[in-house]
Amino acid sequence: MTPTPGKSARGIRSMEGKTPRAQRESPFARVSAMVVMGVFTLYFLVPIWWLLVAASKNRSQFNSTNPLWFADFSLFENMANLVAYRDGVYLKWMLNSALYAGGGALVGTLIAGMCGYALAKYNFPGRELIFNVVLGGVLVPATALALPLFLIFSQISLTNTFWSVFLPSLVSPFGVYLARIYASASVPDELIEAARLDGAGELRTFFTVSVRMMVPALVTVFLFQFVAIWNNFFLPLIMLRDETLFPVTLGLYAWNSQVNQIPVLRDYVLIGALLSIIPLIIIFLLLQRFWRNGLSAGSVK
Amino acid sequence: MRIKKRAATVALLTAATVVLAGCASGSTTQDGGDAAACAPSDGKVDLTFTTWIPGIEEVVKIWNDENPDIQVKVQTGPNGNGGTYQNFFNQLKAGNAPDLGQIEYDALPNFRVQDGLTNLASCEGVLDAQDDFVDWTWGQVNFGEEDAVYAVPQDAGPMAMFYRADLFAANNIAIPTTWEEFAVAAEAVRATGGYITNFSQSDINQFAGFVWQAGGTWFENDGDNWTIDLTSPESVKVADYWQDLIDRDLVSTNPPWTDEWNNAYNTGSDWTWNSAAWGANSIVSGAPDTAGNWSVALSPQWADGESAAGNWGGSSTAVFKGSEHPYEAAQFALWLNTSDEALTMLNKSANLYPAAKSGLELPALKEGVEFYGGQAIYDVFAEASAQVSPDFIWGPTMTQVYNDTSDGFKGAVTGNGTLTDALTSAQQSTIDALQAQSIPVNK
Repeated sequence: MTPTPGKSARGIRSMEGKTPRAQRESPFARVSAMVVMGVFTLYFLVPIWWLLVAASKNRSQFNSTNPLWFADFSLFENMANLVAYRDGVYLKWMLNSALYAGGGALVGTLIAGMCGYALAKYNFPGRELIFNVVLGGVLVPATALALPLFLIFSQISLTNTFWSVFLPSLVSPFGVYLARIYASASVPDELIEAARLDGAGELRTFFTVSVRMMVPALVTVFLFQFVAIWNNFFLPLIMLRDETLFPVTLGLYAWNSQVNQIPVLRDYVLIGALLSIIPLIIIFLLLQRFWRNGLSAGSVK
Repeated sequence: MRIKKRAATVALLTAATVVLAGCASGSTTQDGGDAAACAPSDGKVDLTFTTWIPGIEEVVKIWNDENPDIQVKVQTGPNGNGGTYQNFFNQLKAGNAPDLGQIEYDALPNFRVQDGLTNLASCEGVLDAQDDFVDWTWGQVNFGEEDAVYAVPQDAGPMAMFYRADLFAANNIAIPTTWEEFAVAAEAVRATGGYITNFSQSDINQFAGFVWQAGGTWFENDGDNWTIDLTSPESVKVADYWQDLIDRDLVSTNPPWTDEWNNAYNTGSDWTWNSAAWGANSIVSGAPDTAGNWSVALSPQWADGESAAGNWGGSSTAVFKGSEHPYEAAQFALWLNTSDEALTMLNKSANLYPAAKSGLELPALKEGVEFYGGQAIYDVFAEASAQVSPDFIWGPTMTQVYNDTSDGFKGAVTGNGTLTDALTSAQQSTIDALQAQSIPVNK
């Protein structure tokens, strides 16, 4: 629901890059850097804190108590109510989000990895042209494509289906770009040559040799793609009508649009929003390790 | 070599996509459905119905059980302005609109102007149903046209005055029955440190409800041309009245639906709220600490002895152009919005206040409400509903009207310009907006 996990994880990486240099810098620079980072950390964490506190209150306390501190702790009660509401439609949404984001990111990463690798390692006419077109794709916001996609999908009667959200999620121009840059830097031509000499086919070379060296890039692409699909809202909004296909973002938005008439929905939106960021946090914590390990160059020497 | 082939395939696919996209935008003009033909279809009929009312599935299930040949499938989404209206327009463009859809009264003219609605007048029972609905709601769905019914009214928002009975009594202030008394009471309330009410600077619907009550309308349509009248005498009268209260700091101006707004009511700083029947729940959720202290009275009047009420909100069930089964769709829409069974369930699950006359007599709407000190508040709203003028008409670009008016209102509450200035400039921008869409306008 928020870009926060992405930002903080990126923050960790850049922090590491700075560590050796920081020791040579003056205490003043270090302190001011810490202050800046502290401010940003607060900036990113306070909304989550607010969400946690708000989600733990019951409705009457929501307006009347300090928004940044707990009142009666009814977090688990709220959770139980949320899960029970309308036969657990919220859980269905979470599952849908996991399918769209997990499946989409996995297949999308594979496609982006193969594309980037091919663009980096094979010489063919039009290679730069294709790459530039893909780069152009990075500049086009996904939101701008949602309506044309809807009209295209309408022609083939695919709107309001799982595929109408899943298929567009597989495409990641930024992933292709990243994979290409990373492949040309970290997969040595000599290694591919060696694999070929040993009799490996192109596919086998890719999957057994190159993929392993591209893991950090692929994990990055996967994470970006996962977060992008999980947070994607506009495409499902336009494509989906069937509540059982909604991802959690759209479902919560639909509820939130009615809190004035149906007050109980506000509780569900709050607790639902809190629960919906947990998978993102988990996946970042699990994959951070891969991301940090530069498995890069040096394999030849 | 293999790579070359792959590149070629990619290029081909890309080209195909571009061509497809071209097709999509080229072939979207719909053939207008024949309005005269509204005959039952043979065999089993499947209908789709898009609505954002939570829990409506259970209501529709009753219909589906009783009508095995007309099966309705519910589709859902956010509320109308939250995206569902835009989706309807997209779907109409793509030719896959649902058979039925929920549309609020103020959005209906937009769909009418874009030719998105099926005229149900020739469908059996629809014209006869007019008597089943509160008079003014019917004017909202036929736009005053002869032999036309573009939707079936669903719910309504007749306005009345919620007030803090305890505070008025404790301070010996009489409950105002005219706007003049209201202004006098406002001074007395201000003297105690509170505000008599909050002026809604950004939800223009409340202001429109006031104009409605004063007997004005913002739009007229003579069949061909639209007349825009945001600055009608009634409209200006209402604007001047509130401007005076704002100038004298007798009303608060918190943006509605915000925490500070809720808080003003919850802490007893704001004493009344002129709002619709559905507003009863907004107070329950926004000001829980004030339970038992509220009552409801008819809105203050412009002249002693008058009995007029405004309306705020309400929606209808429309059948979209392109529906292959308008007859069955109309039957379902009538059942949904007139049968006691359906109306009771809709009221229970989504607090809908029915537009059908019989719905006003539902047992659920006759009971005393604990939050309001046991008062049978819906009796007041039933009375107000009968007093709403049938002459108020919405325009085809209400989102734009609301935005432009609210921009001006926000300025007015902070001392930049007046409410009347805001209406004057919104009048001009509305004319521009209609002309930009090639909708004929009388000047």
